[in-house]
Amino acid sequence: MSFSGTHAPAVDPLGADLLRPNLPETVLDLTSDMSFATRNRLASKDLTDAVGLWRLGWTLGWFDIRLRYRGSMIGPFWLTLSTAVLVAALGVLYSTLFHMTLRNYLPFLAISQILWSFLSTTVGDACLCFTSVEGVVRSVRMPFHLHALRTVVRNVLVLLHNVIVVIAVYAVFDMWPGWSVLLTLPAMAIWIVDSIAVCLLLGAFCARFRDVSPIVGSLMQIAFFVSPVIWKPEQLGESAVYLVFNPFYSLLEIVRGPLLNEPPGGLVWASAILYSLLLCGLSWMFFIRARGRLAFWL
Amino acid sequence: MSRRASITVNNASILFPLYHSNSRSLKKTMVAAASGRVAANAGNRVVVQALRDIDLKLGSGDRLGLIGTNGAGKTTLLRMLAGIYEPVMGSVHIRGSVNALLDPNLGMNQDLSGRENIRLRGLYNNLSPAGLRMLEEDVREFAQLGDFMELPMRIYSSGMVLRLGFALATAIKPQILLMDEWFLAGDADFLVRARDRLEDMVRGAEILVLSSHQNSVVMEWCSRVLWMKDGRIHADGEPRDIIEQYLGHPLPETLVTEPDLLHRVS
Repeated sequence: MSFSGTHAPAVDPLGADLLRPNLPETVLDLTSDMSFATRNRLASKDLTDAVGLWRLGWTLGWFDIRLRYRGSMIGPFWLTLSTAVLVAALGVLYSTLFHMTLRNYLPFLAISQILWSFLSTTVGDACLCFTSVEGVVRSVRMPFHLHALRTVVRNVLVLLHNVIVVIAVYAVFDMWPGWSVLLTLPAMAIWIVDSIAVCLLLGAFCARFRDVSPIVGSLMQIAFFVSPVIWKPEQLGESAVYLVFNPFYSLLEIVRGPLLNEPPGGLVWASAILYSLLLCGLSWMFFIRARGRLAFWL
Repeated sequence: MSRRASITVNNASILFPLYHSNSRSLKKTMVAAASGRVAANAGNRVVVQALRDIDLKLGSGDRLGLIGTNGAGKTTLLRMLAGIYEPVMGSVHIRGSVNALLDPNLGMNQDLSGRENIRLRGLYNNLSPAGLRMLEEDVREFAQLGDFMELPMRIYSSGMVLRLGFALATAIKPQILLMDEWFLAGDADFLVRARDRLEDMVRGAEILVLSSHQNSVVMEWCSRVLWMKDGRIHADGEPRDIIEQYLGHPLPETLVTEPDLLHRVS
């Protein structure tokens, strides 16, 4: 039997088309010495292709969580439980240290802690975003945004498990943040876009320079203490006005404020949006240059 | 999918910078920057020329074999055609859906069940929900996993893993099929059983690019052969001519006249 000169079957048997790979790259033009416009087009295509593969991104993120808690009885709800224990313990300790009532302090701490752990694990995971999928990157052409999407899906799922703690805190202290809570939706949208941007930026940068990842880790540690996560912005007194210069403060505040019925002012929103634009711009500029080279760095 | 598949490679080269082997880390870059040696360092960095000046044109119906020693650039060429490595010089143009069979365990996770791994592979190929169901049925039937479908792959026998990997790889029907030689590994019994399925996929593809050390397989399946050497195309032509040049002696007649070769090979 020889396949020499065999042409593709003119008509596929019924249903065979279903098993054709339906990947976006049915047309692929790759050239060296690309202009900015071409690089930009390829990077945009990477983004739209990943959107087309959202089911894969979702499934990979979900499997990541499931595998982490394989064989465990309450599964991902360990996340909820450990957050609850941490918040209860720290709440009692710090409200005493800061001379605040539990009712005044604990809801703040619970929300801050949950949001911060999303932020810091996203940043940490972002560094490994591409290096951890080296095998996939080298055996099939996949949009790089897909790996970023997977990382974000995983962290958002963890965050959703922790929302239960927030609801429990509301119930215990019999509080309801009011309709301002709806403001967290646009704020979360900003967070998700920023998370994708962080994954692309740090993922690519850490693939190229392997020592960046530990540096990022220690910077996040410092950021935790200099940002109002366990301490309240009011405790700074007069100096609180300078807080908007801390991107973590603005970004935290746009989500946290509405949840505590203290909707942030225009300045906080403006600075959060400005920081996000800067981050996305920086990330995009770097990704445009790095995309074609990423496979070689892994 | 009315479009004809084609591959056009113009003067493409791939250079591999060796960043991590000589620990060109941030520290070194910073130190170099401080001492004003960045440019010199960039010029001196270790680069491997994996592919050099590749020119290639393939159209619907072409069956290309890649031969050459290890490290000649066969796999790198396949990766370039798959769009994984983008050319540093020259250009690559691909028309048509591509399936690159480079890693038998692509995206498979030992801790996921067979069914979940099948679903993942289908999603990697962006199959529709109907396609996913069909894939599952198709693979389940061939791989004969039975109740093991629901159990994690970790506990599968090596035969089961092989069957599942093979069934998955051959289930997806692309226009352009890029195949590395691992694919032809496997015990004799399995290959005989797998033969129809493999041939079905190969026949269904408009373009086949196959990298192999098994000359007989190349002889049987390919209508054109590239002999890769040091990242360049050393020779290009009829399978028989090129393989004879490569081996340095004529092929025995039986290899050409024997009609049903895979049986003998396996």
